[in-house]
Amino acid sequence: MSVSSAELLRQIKSRIDEVDPSEVKELIGEGVAIVDVRGSEEFATGHLPGAKSIPRGHLESRIESAVPDRAAEIILYCASGIRSAYAARTMIEDMGYEHVRSMKGGITLWKDRGYEVEIPRALTAEQRDRYSRHLLIPEIGAEGQQKLLDAKVLLLGAGGLGSPTALYLAAAGVGTLGIVDDDVVDLSNLQRQVIHSTQRVGIPKVDSAEETIHGLNPDVQVVKYPVRLDASNIMEIIEGWDVIVDGVDNFPTRYLLNDATVRLQIPVVSASILGFDGQLSVFKPYAGPCYRCLFREPPPAELAPSCGANGVLGVLPGTMGLLQATEVVKLILDIGDPAIGRLLLYDALAATLTEVKVRRDPECPICSRAPDEIRDEELGVFPDYEAFCAAAG
Amino acid sequence: MATIKIPPVLRASVGGEREVSASGANVGEVLRDLAANHPATQSQLFSAEGELNRYVNVYLNDEDVRVLDGLDTAVGDGDTLVILPAMAGGDGR
Repeated sequence: MSVSSAELLRQIKSRIDEVDPSEVKELIGEGVAIVDVRGSEEFATGHLPGAKSIPRGHLESRIESAVPDRAAEIILYCASGIRSAYAARTMIEDMGYEHVRSMKGGITLWKDRGYEVEIPRALTAEQRDRYSRHLLIPEIGAEGQQKLLDAKVLLLGAGGLGSPTALYLAAAGVGTLGIVDDDVVDLSNLQRQVIHSTQRVGIPKVDSAEETIHGLNPDVQVVKYPVRLDASNIMEIIEGWDVIVDGVDNFPTRYLLNDATVRLQIPVVSASILGFDGQLSVFKPYAGPCYRCLFREPPPAELAPSCGANGVLGVLPGTMGLLQATEVVKLILDIGDPAIGRLLLYDALAATLTEVKVRRDPECPICSRAPDEIRDEELGVFPDYEAFCAAAG
Repeated sequence: MATIKIPPVLRASVGGEREVSASGANVGEVLRDLAANHPATQSQLFSAEGELNRYVNVYLNDEDVRVLDGLDTAVGDGDTLVILPAMAGGDGR
């Protein structure tokens, strides 16, 4: 005896339970397993939030590892409610699942109702090629690469430290790089600021950096701030960035940056250099110490020379900038052990990398308090403010 | 005898050395021994009252002495002291 497909469907639907999309909508995020039984190309065009993809043809072989618990509450759906009805019957009658329902009308009805649809992002073929060496690393993979592409990193300075950091973060595919630098490329920069070039002497550093970055990786969007960071613009500039890279060359700005980033709870990867020595640490607000916990006060001018005054080995900011880039990648991907609560000391001449512990100061004027207790007027300020400004000069 | 690692900004005061030996039973004595041998470091390390300057960090091996016993922290043979003022050289000019 032959049965029409319409009749078969009617019979199958009478043996299973269907559920209206409005009820499924309330169950999103409530620990109920939602399984999309359409083909993978259909899934890629958009699916219910949190849904797993198990195409109908693979149902019997894959459902057990996706949802091992036979008593779990499960909702199946497809395009219009036909495939999911058949799948529900299979799971209940052939496999012993106890609480399986098929969503009436499928994702078509769901969309008609105006409910949220998640569209999975996938790397393009060119990106799969470009980032293939990242995709091969288990700790990164496509998911990690997508995190890098979604990340927004702000670089303070496109100079000695900022140049190598910017290059490698662009190469890694960090999707948005912000650069704060009001300076212009100078010949003396080229001994170490490798993102610039001889042809670009005289051009604003942010423009020069953007040109190099786009030539290396057009995936990266560059946001340029050709200004000097100070108390009047810092909150506006740093808001919204995921990580800030600090290679600033003066103390007042470092303290200002610290206070503002603690308030906004943005992690800072910080490095400094002089001569043949570099320092590096990661400041993650409230998870570890802040800059003020480490250095309670800036030194007087004679103990705080700049590279302009004392010189620096050209490759040194390269080394430290790359260590900074590494910490940024670790923070974005949430892998490894970022240098939080540790100050790394690199001695280029001795080829040694040592470290000292940095503790949170329970009496820190900034991070011992809640973020919203830190007032605008306090950012970058010391009790003896005039002396501080004069000393830091 | 303890080893003291000298930061770049203080090396001129100790004849250009990156490491210097000094003796003393605690951090304060070791640093005063250093200052006695290299007078230019006295004002760099100590305030007029003989306290460690607030902008200088001193580590015994890898721990800031301020979380230990400050200048009274005991120092043994073979210990290393690291003197660390902040550096702000960066993207600069």
